[in-house]
Amino acid sequence: MTITYKPGREPHPKETRRIFKNVDRVGWDPSIETAIADGAYETLRKVVTTMEPASVIDEVKKSGLRGRGGAGFPTGVKWTFIPKGNTKPVYLVCNCDESEPGTFKDRFVVHQDPHQLIEGMIISCYAVGAHFAIIYMREEFPKAAQLMRHALEEAKEKNFLGDRICGTDYNLEIIVHRGAGAYICGEETALINSIEGVRPYPRIKPPFFPAAIGLYGCPTIVNNVESLCQVRHILEMGGEAYSRIGAKRSPGTRIIGVSGDVKRPGYYEIISGSITFGELLYDLCGGPREGHVFKALIPGGSSSKVMRCDEVLKSRNPDGTVRSLSIFDVPLDIDSIAQYGSMSGSGGVIVMDETRSMPVILNNINRFYAHESCGQCTPCREGCPWMLKLSTRIINGQGSPEDVALLEKVAYQIEGKTVCALGEATAWPTEAMIAKFRDEFTALTKPINAQMPHSPEAKAARQFLIRE
Amino acid sequence: MSSLRENNFDSLAAPRPTPGERHYEKFTVSPELEAEAQRVIALYPEGKAQSAILPLLHEVQTRFGYICADSIIWVAEKTGSTPAHVLGVVTFYPGLRQSCPGRFHIRVCRTLACSMAGSEELFDILCEKTGIDRTQIDHDHPIGVSADGLWSIEFVECLAQCGFGPSVMVNDDVHQCVTPDKADELLAQYSDQSNPGQTI
Repeated sequence: MTITYKPGREPHPKETRRIFKNVDRVGWDPSIETAIADGAYETLRKVVTTMEPASVIDEVKKSGLRGRGGAGFPTGVKWTFIPKGNTKPVYLVCNCDESEPGTFKDRFVVHQDPHQLIEGMIISCYAVGAHFAIIYMREEFPKAAQLMRHALEEAKEKNFLGDRICGTDYNLEIIVHRGAGAYICGEETALINSIEGVRPYPRIKPPFFPAAIGLYGCPTIVNNVESLCQVRHILEMGGEAYSRIGAKRSPGTRIIGVSGDVKRPGYYEIISGSITFGELLYDLCGGPREGHVFKALIPGGSSSKVMRCDEVLKSRNPDGTVRSLSIFDVPLDIDSIAQYGSMSGSGGVIVMDETRSMPVILNNINRFYAHESCGQCTPCREGCPWMLKLSTRIINGQGSPEDVALLEKVAYQIEGKTVCALGEATAWPTEAMIAKFRDEFTALTKPINAQMPHSPEAKAARQFLIRE
Repeated sequence: MSSLRENNFDSLAAPRPTPGERHYEKFTVSPELEAEAQRVIALYPEGKAQSAILPLLHEVQTRFGYICADSIIWVAEKTGSTPAHVLGVVTFYPGLRQSCPGRFHIRVCRTLACSMAGSEELFDILCEKTGIDRTQIDHDHPIGVSADGLWSIEFVECLAQCGFGPSVMVNDDVHQCVTPDKADELLAQYSDQSNPGQTI
């Protein structure tokens, strides 16, 4: 059956649409009838009627699926962390709090194909033995929450949810819980606290991860929307077959959201590692805007380290010789990006061309983290506003040359000293921006150097003393 | 009990009147609201009524525009927690408001991709066109309301629509690619009140 897409939204030939198969599809709507006509819930029926939960976990482990929320932890392994001999109820939570700047993939799944997520969730709940699951939906998706509640009702009517699913003894209830606009709720323990109805501060881990002690003190599995959707496809094609797709250590497809200064920003689903950044930005996204050149890119949401487009990267060939390559030659998979000092995170690529001032970009990122720091750990609560103050001072031309070093110092004092990963997320952009674009930062602090302020050169360069 | 103003429930939950209030009902506990509360609490496992705090606060905010002190006390009673605890939850989340917005609440994304696409200029233009005083909006007073109570505006962080910036939400509708020159077009969809606006 050929699938036609809305005009202007057709996938590029280098894409492989699996999770996004039904996004922007002509004649598609989020109702259960449309989904069933397309083969939805067949995998579920097969799984609950013919497979044991343990063998479902085995399939997911064999597939090598790595979580798509940002950290890239193997999903199947996470599921096995539920303590052996556990007698407490097990909960599964779907993390739909997509708030990493640059990431916009879950939005389209929950708005346009809710039944794919529900099917993936039911299979996952069956595997881990959960009878109660929660979809944690961010507040900014009010329409999706309505749609999802309706979709859950529909699934219940068709006996894919509720009591005795598909005629088996398995019961499951899924509800939608809405957040309220806090970035920190994407962190799994903060998300659990948010569901419990307390202030969503992340919990200390280790020793106890949510899979052992989570929601209401019971074992809880928290997975991203895209990971849960992938589970459905793994069970459809088999774990072995799935593991052979794409990059060896991070198989499957990935949804990459490209934003910023490219001709065609948007979402692209590709086979992991099958294309390079160059192909992504020049072929799929159509290259830089007319008359501009790429300057820098952030490969995985705003918390990953920025990369310079003119930087020469070194790679070791199998025979031991060293070859140099640019960022455009790096394949898009978790390990390749990590090898060159950044991370693929949740797949949000933000591109900047030569018209952008990096200190201004960093200031925006710092403002985001200063706003979103939850305030639990002192280094982050105090450090983020400090970094914002320093970068604001620098872009206003009121900073001294030492401020650049101070900004870097503050960043290093946050990293690794906080309960959750927001500390790293806020420190990495600053560290990388200063390491890679130090000259831009120091240039902005020049106006108060000794050679200033009223020399003819300074006037010609339009640099004036602004400090009061 | 502390004598500090910052630690005092009454002062933290004190009314902050705005012109937007004329477009919303005043908080009252109707039988429907009571029934909705029962329904929401029953969704969660037994004895975990505290989980319903956030859904109930959303319910209050949707019906009455904002979360007033009386509603905080009501939510606390319903969920078996204390008003101070509920207030702690309310003050944590940027999405929960303690002052009333206008009839049309505009949320403009200011995070990286949208900001690169011009959302800050858009914010200024929207303020000007709706007659909202931009200088009154700061970290402690994020929401600006126009004098007629029809419009309110707020800067928010990422709306998860980065590829199609600048993103704007008006009440529950999401609008993409609202470049500063489209500000008039956006407002026109709502000021003509027979047409509640398009969505994605």
